[in-house]
Amino acid sequence: MVNIYDGRLAVDIAGVKMATPVTTGSGTFGFGLEFTDFLDLEKVGAVTVKGTSLEPAKGNKGQRAVETPSGMLNCIGLENPGSDYFLEHTLPELRKYDVPVIVNIYGHSPEEYGAVAKKLDVDGVDAVEINISCPNVKVGGIVFGTVPEAAAEVVRAVKANTSKPVITKLSPNVTDIVAMAKAVEAAGTDAISMINTLLGTKIDIERQRPVLGNITGGLSGPCVRPVAVRLVYQVAQAVSVPIIGMGGIMCAEDAIEFMLAGASAVAVGTANFVQPDIAESIAHGMLAYLDRHNAQSINDIVGLALPNGKASMPYFNK
Amino acid sequence: MSKTIELAKVVGQQVLNSSTKLIEVYAPKIANEAVPGQFVNVKVCKNTAPLLRRPFGVAGVNREAGTFTLMYRIIGEATHILAEVCSGDELSIVGPLGKGFDMSAKKPLLVGGGLGLAPLLFLAQGFGVGKSDILMGGRSASELFWTDFYEGLSEKVFLTTDDGTAGTKGTVMAVLPELLASGVYDCVYVCGPVPMMKAVANACLEANVKCQVSLEKYMACGLGACLSCACEGIGKRIKVCKDGPVFWAEEVGEW
Repeated sequence: MVNIYDGRLAVDIAGVKMATPVTTGSGTFGFGLEFTDFLDLEKVGAVTVKGTSLEPAKGNKGQRAVETPSGMLNCIGLENPGSDYFLEHTLPELRKYDVPVIVNIYGHSPEEYGAVAKKLDVDGVDAVEINISCPNVKVGGIVFGTVPEAAAEVVRAVKANTSKPVITKLSPNVTDIVAMAKAVEAAGTDAISMINTLLGTKIDIERQRPVLGNITGGLSGPCVRPVAVRLVYQVAQAVSVPIIGMGGIMCAEDAIEFMLAGASAVAVGTANFVQPDIAESIAHGMLAYLDRHNAQSINDIVGLALPNGKASMPYFNK
Repeated sequence: MSKTIELAKVVGQQVLNSSTKLIEVYAPKIANEAVPGQFVNVKVCKNTAPLLRRPFGVAGVNREAGTFTLMYRIIGEATHILAEVCSGDELSIVGPLGKGFDMSAKKPLLVGGGLGLAPLLFLAQGFGVGKSDILMGGRSASELFWTDFYEGLSEKVFLTTDDGTAGTKGTVMAVLPELLASGVYDCVYVCGPVPMMKAVANACLEANVKCQVSLEKYMACGLGACLSCACEGIGKRIKVCKDGPVFWAEEVGEW
């Protein structure tokens, strides 16, 4: 970890030491290397790379993204070059930078998740993030991300196959996210990241057909932020593992909102597409916020807005 | 060659026809780096709606002045906002993006339709005055205001219109086979609607003339990160934004 900003933004998420609390939403930052013209990767808290599976995957056919009001839908379908390619070609390039690397992983069965985790249990990978939002072919139509016991099984399979910290990424498309969070915590996850995208559909009214080839896609961008903040706020009160909060963060103020709601770190996602230097530049606004609120460290503001939190409210105290 | 986020200053806009405009911006870094076939990603306003940048092929550069031009059709929310932008306004632009055209042709034939004629204009500029010929197709004469830009830049200008109001009646395919058979051209560059590009690419492959196509796919980032524009190439996956948008015709597996 690079020591920057006098360490005021440094956070430790389940052993992953980040110079700033900002990582990148998986799938929105490629493998990080696509962004080196715009920012210094070493000034990003951690690089979370595109979802990686055992074998290469081509993703979905047809149109795979479309803009929606203050957001976008995507149905890429987890296209990736596979774990062998990642280990052979991408990781060595990424390792030229002194920045923690979090690899998002997915599989089609708990065993497959375990196998990817095992493969990625190598030097140079700092943590794995479990993506439990893809269809569970083995259990017949249900989704790992929506059934607490199925999610827990995946977490156990990954934990049993890796020495790295394990982060579990929760889907918002559930009735009770607290039950999901408690299940993955009990199964041993070291941290929780949230939220993945919300399911949505857009219809082309002239063609009278869905725009996306996959019909449904994942909604992201600033339009989902209030939903994400609410879910983080709920989960933060129910678990003790650290939370990486995300969902429509476009600037430092948005990130601060997640941290006040109980997130110990944040991820920028869709904003990387709009402002490719955001994962670095957002830190400056965070420092300004700390100064404004007489806080020394970003860790001091985590959860202040929770019912048991102690909001500083310097303007009101004066 | 590096990509940059540049705060561009609008020099001015020009109306080309009822739905098409040209915008010139001062952005010296991008103007200095861009090569024909590359594109830029423009944020038309600071709001979160429209959220994403919009990709436009560079239509020409003036390196001395530090400016470049884009041409666009006013078609959706973002282009309606862009159409209202005035000289002096600032736009955040990311670029130059993607890979450009192969410039090694001795006698290039450019073939285009619609806004596909914008990146080809930069290509004609890149080849230099009098080097390229251009074959352009449109629905009717009113769409072919493009001749004003190509005359004096390309050597010969061939026109086709669906309704016969200008040039040869029909699509570009009414003229292309004859031009290919003449043996004058060693490379064809096509940019336009997919049916046009497909037909031209096939005709070139048959006539054994090299052909480059400039593809268009919905893209969110333009940097090779989001994979919205990833599609099937021959024997490999391709990203239109990063591996293209210009491809050799035989590399394209999915139109």
